Amino acid sequence: MARFIPWILTAGLATAILPLPAAAQALPPPERRGYTTDDVDFMSGMIYHHAQAVLIAGWAPTHGASSSVRTLCDRIVASQNDEIALLSRWLATRHEAVPHPDPDHMMMPGMDSTHMMPGMLSPEQLAQLERAHGPDFDALFLRLMIQHHQGAITMVNHLFAAGAGEEEPVYKMASSVFADQTTEIERMQRMLAADLFAPTTPK
Amino acid sequence: MKSIQALVHVVAVVSIAACASSGGGANNSTVAPTPDPRVGLKAGLKDAGQAAWNLRLVHNTPPSEKFVGSTNSDLSFYQHYVIQGNYNGYEVWDVSTPANPTLKVAYFCPASQSDVSVFRNLLFVSGEGTGGRLDCTAAGVHDSVSHDRLRGIRIFDISDIANPKYIANVQTCRGSHTHTVVIDPNDSTNVYVYVSGSAPVRSPSELPGCVRQSPDSNPNSSLFRIEVIKVPLAAPQTAAIVSSPRIFDSLAPAPQHGEMQQDIAEATRVADSARAHGGYAVTLFGMQRVLPPRFSTPLLDSIAKTRGAPAGSTPTAADSQTLRDNAQGIIDRMFNINRVRTGPNQCHDITVYPAIGLAGGACGGYGLLLDIRDVAHPRRIGAVADSNFSYWHSATFNNDGTKLLFSDEWGGGGQPKCRDFDKPQWGADAIFTLDNGQMTFQSYYKMLAPQTANENCVAHNGSLIPIPGRDVMVQSWYQGGISVFDWTDPAHPKEIAFFDRGPVDGTKPADGGTWSAYWYNGYIYSSEIARGLDVFELQPSGLISRNELAAAKLVHLDYFNTQDQPKLTWPASFVVARAYVDQLERSGGLSAERLKAVRQELGRAEKERSDARRTTLTQLAVALAQDAATSSDRAKLQKLGAVVTDLANAPQGNAAQ
Repeated sequence: MARFIPWILTAGLATAILPLPAAAQALPPPERRGYTTDDVDFMSGMIYHHAQAVLIAGWAPTHGASSSVRTLCDRIVASQNDEIALLSRWLATRHEAVPHPDPDHMMMPGMDSTHMMPGMLSPEQLAQLERAHGPDFDALFLRLMIQHHQGAITMVNHLFAAGAGEEEPVYKMASSVFADQTTEIERMQRMLAADLFAPTTPK
Repeated sequence: MKSIQALVHVVAVVSIAACASSGGGANNSTVAPTPDPRVGLKAGLKDAGQAAWNLRLVHNTPPSEKFVGSTNSDLSFYQHYVIQGNYNGYEVWDVSTPANPTLKVAYFCPASQSDVSVFRNLLFVSGEGTGGRLDCTAAGVHDSVSHDRLRGIRIFDISDIANPKYIANVQTCRGSHTHTVVIDPNDSTNVYVYVSGSAPVRSPSELPGCVRQSPDSNPNSSLFRIEVIKVPLAAPQTAAIVSSPRIFDSLAPAPQHGEMQQDIAEATRVADSARAHGGYAVTLFGMQRVLPPRFSTPLLDSIAKTRGAPAGSTPTAADSQTLRDNAQGIIDRMFNINRVRTGPNQCHDITVYPAIGLAGGACGGYGLLLDIRDVAHPRRIGAVADSNFSYWHSATFNNDGTKLLFSDEWGGGGQPKCRDFDKPQWGADAIFTLDNGQMTFQSYYKMLAPQTANENCVAHNGSLIPIPGRDVMVQSWYQGGISVFDWTDPAHPKEIAFFDRGPVDGTKPADGGTWSAYWYNGYIYSSEIARGLDVFELQPSGLISRNELAAAKLVHLDYFNTQDQPKLTWPASFVVARAYVDQLERSGGLSAERLKAVRQELGRAEKERSDARRTTLTQLAVALAQDAATSSDRAKLQKLGAVVTDLANAPQGNAAQ
């Protein structure tokens, strides 16, 4: 085991997936170790996906979000930070590269689209949300987060359609993402509905 | 098997309760120890710190050799055996001496999650993971299509429990994450198994008939359904799927618990009134809603524009009618309803209660109520959703069938959801009252001792503790330990006992903790994911009396599958009567003077024989009926009166002590 140096923790490089060092290349391919490259892509892609959700959910307190949106955001931050930790551990223990997304980088126009997972907000959408405040933030946040969550469900569907997601922890993670985000989409739709049908009061 | 007992370092068992009970005195404490001794326990797989309150660890047995390091899962009970599922198979423990379980057999046959159930001589084991093999070897299955793979139910004949015979498989399209044995009261020749499979659908090349498409594109879809297996008891090897009920069909979004029936009725009234005054109303998420002018005005304008009216002209009655006819469709499109099939496409677990013909389904984002009187064709009769719930995991009825508790396994069980900042309504239980098929939210219950970020913790499996007259449940919270709580008052559940260990690993997240904790014939058995089988005994306190515990121990089952809830009954006995008297003391339903007198009469009757006993008890029953007329706890007095009457009428010598 000594040859597997925990190199993943040594580099401070931000967004890039680190290149495989020579030692790790000696490992058999993922397929011989009970998982597939599709699994690796899913687990690392979900880190980028979740990082953006955590970023924008973290804006709620400074963007005048309503208390119900703030509660939702607290929950998204708690759920997805925990999942990022779990995804990272899964990759690290298999000596696969662990991405360390830099949320600020995602805001840059023309950013590298390699890490744009389905449903993720474009730099333009991010900038628009960043500028919104109060009820406008709430409505825009809900619409964009529904889009974001639907992207995660797309990722799960792609994983299973590729015949991957069979290793136990990958399967569990994908199922958990599916269940959690389906439920949250419906919750956000209800919040949008409540906003839409609210008595016409000045916003 | 190693016989070395893990030396346990008891860090903080000190409580008022423990002190009071020493020296043979009664422990009457009703107050939980403070500070909470579950906080700050020493970490360790084998030497973790422990904290207990009103619960005594009788014994811990580590897993046998081939099961060390593999996840222990659910439990089932058969005679004096505990069957413990494990991702490597199952272990059968002989618990004739609960203080010293001995291994009867360790059956190696890897598959996740190895959910286990028994019925007579049959043992059912769930297989879901894609590496499960028909030949029970650990080789795994590496091809995406393979005829070596088992995903579904394995059936064993355990007539000779030391030598289980693997007699049959029933393969299913999504495997079996959990399953539920269901007995049809009208069919003694078969037993049924409901299969909840949450894994991806198998290839039709591996199992013919499996369909991955959604029901919208293929009506034979393997999604959005459960499977019902019929097992002929005379020929269990011929067990097969007999139906695939589509219990999710036309599942409209359920009202949230915040939306009570009164709210829904009020919304309907408002919508009707708006319609009567020319307004527009639609149904969304189970509630009628009135379109506000800021929404309807631009729609009317665009309708007018479509028919070629000049801009700014007043909409006509025909325009209004067009909007009225189309408003629902516009909203449905806006919210994607009817286009994308939302809602659950599977259940995690189903708990059946055949005595009342109902089942509770914990299914994705929903809690379902099913009518199971036609066992092979369960039918959905109710659904609830909850804004704080993510993943409905399990269901438990109270014994009267008037309440239903659902648990939420937020984060899937591998994550720490009991940290001091995780909200008490997240990853918790939700308690509903049940009245004529109507579920009404009452409260949440969560084990509240903050756990570390290295401890996976969320609501998990539990069972009722058969204390007559109360709804008491024991529940697993993974590394949050075991929590015993009273939910007799559904709006105010209250913890009355607990046990917890420190983290498996204090430096990084590591899976462990209790998967299931169930009461069986007087003891609580807990399947510890990493540490083996734990046996506990509930201790008397001011919250559970000695009589209540003795009454609970009168309930004897020949076998027990938690998800197949039996109706609990108590024999007419003096201890049951005394348990009710203790409850009347606690509720203040009987004066101190009357409590004393009733206890004296019960004591006297117990020593008497034949006619004298009958006379004493009959007179006591009459007096209790009089007490009931003015008591604040009339229902309990009536229960007590009924037991006393039964005792009076019981043939001598048959009245249990």
